Amino acid sequence: MLKLEGEIAMEQFAPVKRSKDGQPVRYLIVDDSVFARKNLARMIETFGGQVAAEAGDGLTAISEFERTHPDIVLMDITMPQMEGIEAAEKIVQAHPEARVVMVSSVGYQENIVAALQRGARHFVQKPVKPEVLYEVIKYVMGEDGAVAAAAGSGV
Amino acid sequence: MKMELIQPFINAADAVLSQGLSGTTKVGNLSMEENAYRRKGVAGMVALTGDIEGRIVLDLEPQTALRVASHYAGAELPESDGLIKETIFELANQVVGNAVCALNDQGFHFRVHPPLLVTSAEGDKTSEDVEALMICFETGLGNVFMNVALRYNKRRMSDHVATSAKAGR
Repeated sequence: MLKLEGEIAMEQFAPVKRSKDGQPVRYLIVDDSVFARKNLARMIETFGGQVAAEAGDGLTAISEFERTHPDIVLMDITMPQMEGIEAAEKIVQAHPEARVVMVSSVGYQENIVAALQRGARHFVQKPVKPEVLYEVIKYVMGEDGAVAAAAGSGV
Repeated sequence: MKMELIQPFINAADAVLSQGLSGTTKVGNLSMEENAYRRKGVAGMVALTGDIEGRIVLDLEPQTALRVASHYAGAELPESDGLIKETIFELANQVVGNAVCALNDQGFHFRVHPPLLVTSAEGDKTSEDVEALMICFETGLGNVFMNVALRYNKRRMSDHVATSAKAGR
């Protein structure tokens, strides 16, 4: 049986819900790679989240944000048409409450600082480790997120 | 091509493949490619511009690419599936991104371009200026070949040296 990157932690993560209504956290996944989007979507499912929309470039990300108003945006940096840092800045300028997490393999200091200065809340280096992303999600959601008891955990 | 330039790419590929394929990766043969590059199967190329310029190609024989993509997808993919190409692209992207982080720590600045599919059977011939190194990574799912062709951007390098000297580094 093949082992998935995200599958490793399938039973380890207690679902993170929105504290205001107990509903799953809704995500916008932005990456020009279908592979990367699928991988992130699978991890999000293991966190008890829901994919509100996907986008393959920064421009589409902005319109998808306007359409779906997700709780968290997972944003790649290197993309065609409009790069992730610029898209993050535009989203946060229009919606200061937006939670944008950059997810990129190009995780050097300069890029991280630029992303944070322009409105991103956090940075996750690819290849993404599910346990790292999970902790970042909890941190970024802050009081707006609540960790529910894992199904079947008996807690 | 200097080893200090190549080593971050070898380390990055080793780390990305080991993590993604859930197993150990062995660095196999290293060879200089003096002739034109010959594609082995599904090949994704990532170009770099900036203080160091060139390109990295991640190349897998078709059956290995299928096994690797199926591994990531968690299901057997058909041979024609577009996700195979996407998987190789993303792996190339991750290798380059991680290597660039290490080189950036040394003061080099780059722009990483989105991956492209290598469709021609044969690539450009290498030159004295841009030598290519082929590295084979032996994984549990087959061999992954990485072809690295990079050179220092001379104009940028002289700026870099001057800036470093001014800063007393």
